[in-house]
Amino acid sequence: MPETIAFYTFAGLAILASALVIGQRNPMYSVMLLIASFGALAGLYIGLDAPFAAVTQIIVYAGAIMVLFLFVVMLLNAAKEDGAEYDRTHPLRHPAVTRFGSLLALLLVAQLGWALTRASDFDTPVGGKSGSATVSSVREVGKVLFQRHAFAFEATSVLILVAMVGAVVLARKEEQPQ
Amino acid sequence: MIPLSHYLIVSAVLFSLGVAGVFLRRNLITILLSIEIMLNAVNLSFVAFGRHNGDVNGQIIVFFVMTVAAAEAAVGLALVIALFRHRESLNPDAFTSLKW
Repeated sequence: MPETIAFYTFAGLAILASALVIGQRNPMYSVMLLIASFGALAGLYIGLDAPFAAVTQIIVYAGAIMVLFLFVVMLLNAAKEDGAEYDRTHPLRHPAVTRFGSLLALLLVAQLGWALTRASDFDTPVGGKSGSATVSSVREVGKVLFQRHAFAFEATSVLILVAMVGAVVLARKEEQPQ
Repeated sequence: MIPLSHYLIVSAVLFSLGVAGVFLRRNLITILLSIEIMLNAVNLSFVAFGRHNGDVNGQIIVFFVMTVAAAEAAVGLALVIALFRHRESLNPDAFTSLKW
């Protein structure tokens, strides 16, 4: 059962690392732990016969996006979160509001659990359905991506360009009017 | 073989952790990191459903989600830098006025 052990190891690692991301006060540790969480998710993708998704997860997410986060954390020299800044007079921190929010959160968890137990074929092993081919090959992914989703693919390039220009404009230092 | 529900439970737990992070943390960078956790949780369920149904589209949408995540991170971090320059703070409670 090597794949079962791999699944529970990677799933536990991903959840633990993500929980620690939330628990850390120092943003630098949070970013490092999130990279660990993304590595564990890449392991889960390999277990799902999606090696291309796993590799892009590591290269794009852990390699590019998280490095961007690291640069900003170091650039801002962000101090640890200060507990004293907590504003207890804020109207949203009223105990009644907090209790209502907790109730809604519990309802959501109950709903999710109910949906997961009620669904029909959720306990069949993943990929165990008849007629479900293994879709692991990069060739197959590329074919569908560049033929059926060619327009969406081109649209994302425009999106990236707009985001890049927007980031440059937003982060620019404003000149002092003379 | 792992049942599909186990992947979905992992995905749901990760998503809940992301939501909790957005609500509980008072640091703009940690909030952006929590959004990334949520996007990844959704990616995991996409790949699991795609594998379950033998559909390659489950993997393809992951790439689009990653693209959107990259754009969101770039713009979000630029906004964080611009805000930090004005207020010298990363606490969202410090940014209460639309104009200064």
